[in-house]
Amino acid sequence: MSPAFIRLWGVPIVLGVLTAIGLVAALLGDGFLDYVSAVALGIPVALGTWHSLRRQNS
Amino acid sequence: MTPVTIRRWAWIHKWSSLVCTLFMLLLCITGLPLIYHHEIGHLLGTEVESAPMPADTPKAELDRVIAAAKATFPGKQMLYMSQEPDDDTIWNMTLGDNGADTNFKFTVVDARTAQALPTPQFEGSFMSVMFHLHVDLYAGLWGKLFLGLMGLLLLVAIVSGVVLYAPFMRKLDFGTVRRERTPRTKWLDLHNLLGIVTLTWLFVVGATGMINTWADLLFKYWQSTEMAEMVAPYKNAPPLKSFGSMDRAVAAAKALEPEMKIGFIAFPGTPFTSEHHYGVFMTGNTPLTSRLYKPVLIDAQTSKITDSRDLPWYLTGLLLSQPLHFGDYGGQLMKFLWAALDVATIVVLGSGLYLWLKRGVPVPARAGKPEADEAGLVPALASQGDAR
Repeated sequence: MSPAFIRLWGVPIVLGVLTAIGLVAALLGDGFLDYVSAVALGIPVALGTWHSLRRQNS
Repeated sequence: MTPVTIRRWAWIHKWSSLVCTLFMLLLCITGLPLIYHHEIGHLLGTEVESAPMPADTPKAELDRVIAAAKATFPGKQMLYMSQEPDDDTIWNMTLGDNGADTNFKFTVVDARTAQALPTPQFEGSFMSVMFHLHVDLYAGLWGKLFLGLMGLLLLVAIVSGVVLYAPFMRKLDFGTVRRERTPRTKWLDLHNLLGIVTLTWLFVVGATGMINTWADLLFKYWQSTEMAEMVAPYKNAPPLKSFGSMDRAVAAAKALEPEMKIGFIAFPGTPFTSEHHYGVFMTGNTPLTSRLYKPVLIDAQTSKITDSRDLPWYLTGLLLSQPLHFGDYGGQLMKFLWAALDVATIVVLGSGLYLWLKRGVPVPARAGKPEADEAGLVPALASQGDAR
């Protein structure tokens, strides 16, 4: 995979995989897997919130 | 991608989202309170709770529970009784004039004392308004199917949106929001950012929501095929005058599936069973299997088992799609994240609408050196009014 591809799609792919893990984990069990799910779903939410609200120079 | 390809995808993205956007905003806004329906019911006092008693208090006979529900609504017949997976101290009882009655009456009966508890009716409550606007727009099956079609358009909009993410973001780092440019540029960046962040979640919630709109049809199909086979020997039997013991029926179902517990029981004449059977729907104990039902059809006169089969794949798929739509299988943290992603989706929808309304606004000349690739792309899209 080219560096340009990674730069464009790297983060979106990671976030997609994390979301998928988050959606499935809590289905498979209670307790520990609920926390796995919360962390995996929480990262995209946190990243989206952070980038939406921070002041940035580009 | 060539400019022509981009323009085609932009056209698909524009129209698929324009048609469904207002309905999706409605679904997101009404979905928010539905995520917290238990908590809101608790706050409003519409959630019925049983009095605290020692955990080993023996349970009342089910036939007494049923009698208490019928006494609450004289003249009505039992349609369903069910228990929440996490609370076996109460039974939720649904009654109506006939098996297909959609004007349900609800009452909650204490599972230990067989006393009917005061139960606020769902119809007309705040949550019922949210529920109908979210599920069927007060238009029954057609309302559901219409919202399902809007869901399909949402999926098209998501896919085309992902395709368009590439030309828009090629020159930008992930998460860039160009606040110093025009408001339109800022909102375009926020649309792209939150769109790609919520992508997987929204696709899953959209797809499972769409599948849920087919629930009535799928159960009807199951009833007319597999269940019709199971109850074929009863085809010409006369209608039942009186029903046999529910306690013995449930005992028989539990003996057949000792590892499972009762999810809900459908009474004869309802869409989930036949005219002559109690449909006892057993569930498992894990988050996954507690969603899946194993129907046990029990002769409603003799309380003996007629047949029991696993649900077909399409109903298994439907039932598994429900938690993925509701977000109610991972505790409070998951509900909160569901709500956060729902709000992010509202921003994506709102910004998309804004970008369309502000279409055709000329992109101002750049300060500093122009980026060849993007300089060619953005005006082309903006002048087409396609850069939603």
